[in-house]
Amino acid sequence: MLYREAGDFKTSYTADSQTFPIKFDRTAYWLLLIAAAVVLPFLVNDYWANAFLVPFLIYAIAAIGLNILTGYCGQVSLGTGGFMAVGAYASYKLMTAFPWLDMVTITILSGFITAAVGVLFGLPSLRIKGFYLAVATLAAQFFLVWMFNRVGWFYNYSASGQINAPERAIFGINVTGPNTEAWAQYLFCLLFVVAVAWVARNLTRGAVGRQWMAIRDMDIAAEIIGVNPLRAKLSAFAVSSFFIGISGALFFTVYLGAVEVGEVYGITKSFLVLFMIIIGGLGSIFGSFAGAAFLVMLPVLLKLIGVDVLGWPTDIVAHLNLVIVGALIVFFLVKEPHGLAAFWGVTKEKLRIWPFPH
Amino acid sequence: MPDQLLFGMEVALNGLMAGVMYSLVALGFVLIFKASGIFNYAQGVMALFAAMTLVGIQNGQVPFAHLINATFGTSIHHFGWQVPALLAILLTVVVMAAFAWAVNRFVFRHLVNQEPIILFMATIGLAYFLEGVADLMWGAEIKKLDVGLPQGINTLIDETTFNAFGYGFFIDNLDIVATIIAGLLVAGLVIFSQYTKQGRALRAVADDHQAALSVGISLNYIWVLVWSIAGFVALVAGIMWGTKSGVQFSLSLIALKALPVLMLGGFTSIPGAIVGGLIIGVGEKLFEFLIGAPFLGGATENWFAYVLALIFLVFRPQGLFGEKIIERV
Repeated sequence: MLYREAGDFKTSYTADSQTFPIKFDRTAYWLLLIAAAVVLPFLVNDYWANAFLVPFLIYAIAAIGLNILTGYCGQVSLGTGGFMAVGAYASYKLMTAFPWLDMVTITILSGFITAAVGVLFGLPSLRIKGFYLAVATLAAQFFLVWMFNRVGWFYNYSASGQINAPERAIFGINVTGPNTEAWAQYLFCLLFVVAVAWVARNLTRGAVGRQWMAIRDMDIAAEIIGVNPLRAKLSAFAVSSFFIGISGALFFTVYLGAVEVGEVYGITKSFLVLFMIIIGGLGSIFGSFAGAAFLVMLPVLLKLIGVDVLGWPTDIVAHLNLVIVGALIVFFLVKEPHGLAAFWGVTKEKLRIWPFPH
Repeated sequence: MPDQLLFGMEVALNGLMAGVMYSLVALGFVLIFKASGIFNYAQGVMALFAAMTLVGIQNGQVPFAHLINATFGTSIHHFGWQVPALLAILLTVVVMAAFAWAVNRFVFRHLVNQEPIILFMATIGLAYFLEGVADLMWGAEIKKLDVGLPQGINTLIDETTFNAFGYGFFIDNLDIVATIIAGLLVAGLVIFSQYTKQGRALRAVADDHQAALSVGISLNYIWVLVWSIAGFVALVAGIMWGTKSGVQFSLSLIALKALPVLMLGGFTSIPGAIVGGLIIGVGEKLFEFLIGAPFLGGATENWFAYVLALIFLVFRPQGLFGEKIIERV
């Protein structure tokens, strides 16, 4: 009834190719954005910011990054954790070496450093593909984590081998360090999420994005019609690692504050982000958000139900979480390889003809 | 002979033994990959699951005891009997065969003709599922596995080498047994695939699914068979690793180590899996001994195998013994 494109006439090319062609979607998008930026900071409390909102936003950035590489360009990567670690350690080194730099610059610079590392580890993708490449990216994962663990320069030779985020403020409001308010953390992450999603959306529907998708669908055919595989693959690695680096930096500076690299950025993190984009939907920005929200929410919900309501011990709930995640991955791959995003697409189609489907 | 050289030789020998273990896991990968084109990431977790099931059956543990206790407020843990090792192994093989059937019935039958990378991701999901089930079923604590394999230093080698070089080599009995069993396993597999009817059907399926289907070979049967064999290989690997370092989660991480082994050996070659395993085993131990520990701060074993495979792949994408990759548009 409400969800119609009828009567919404496009009179220019810009209007015709906009992200949300249906008016209802546009309004909903802006309302959501206003709610997230203006209303939610007043409502958010420590528990929800820590348990759901902040990790959700940070994982959404990582998922968008990996989705560009895996969903749009078809290069499966198991090195996400390692690249997030690069972002974290880059931001740590920048924060301690240049104390006068502000956090936004630091986070973006960490992204660029990660992009450079990503391109380096993306070079083999020109020779190998498919799961051969997936295993090659494991080399990045294990090597990077080992390096941050062993080379003292990266953690400023601290005795514990940990890195701790110093306090930094924007406009006099703390965004890192132990005295940060929940709403400041949340808003700082939201800023990056909105920027990243906007950039990613516009990249993927432009010339670069089309090249990525051509490479994904069939690389040899893409090469024949004039796509340069070197540029397409490496740019995908660069952009993807840039986003993943930003998310890794935020995960360390804003969310955790102190990081032990093997624990936080291990192989399980790589799989977690990969699962987010499988469940959410490969090759979809919306899917990245949906997958991140789902997999961040699932353990919180299970803990609420299992531990608080049913009174089970926490280890059983943790194992149950594994079972459910694994089963869901298989279920989605069997039933709907395009994930939650495809469900949403089907719902939209149904809504458009509702309530007269014939 | 100088001490350093002798010590290096001992390290290399131990690496060879560790390599046999990697080969055992890699073997399971190759079997499934050849028959169905599925790159089975869950192989390592299958080894963990098999070893846990074996221990559980041996000790008469009640499956899902924790879950049952938590739900119904009971407190049951053991049936109170001990099952002899051989019978327990047989029962575990049955469990692994049932698992093979279930995996094919509920997962891979629905994913026929999907892209390899989709299948790969499905096996990652399967690995998580199986790990969770294993923990729920038998509990997550570290378990001791003992099926009566010899363990400890081999005194014969120690004495012989001491008399010859004045320095006794430390070789674990278990490693020697593992090597022998791995050899027998490979020989058994070769005989099975060359000289039996099922083996020939298996090779036909590996060669060309459709042609095999058209001459009346049941794909479902062959896939269940090959997953069962892979389950059996996983059980053998699980027993070896479990006896060596206890049954625990890190067992499933050896699956990750088997990936570079496959990269080196090629995904379709059984001898490749063996040779690749040995190269990785010796390579990482020697690298750690010569370069890692003195110059790089140690623990290079974590990444050496992957980096070696990565460098290797850039020059020879199909591995040492793999078939040449031909692509058509």
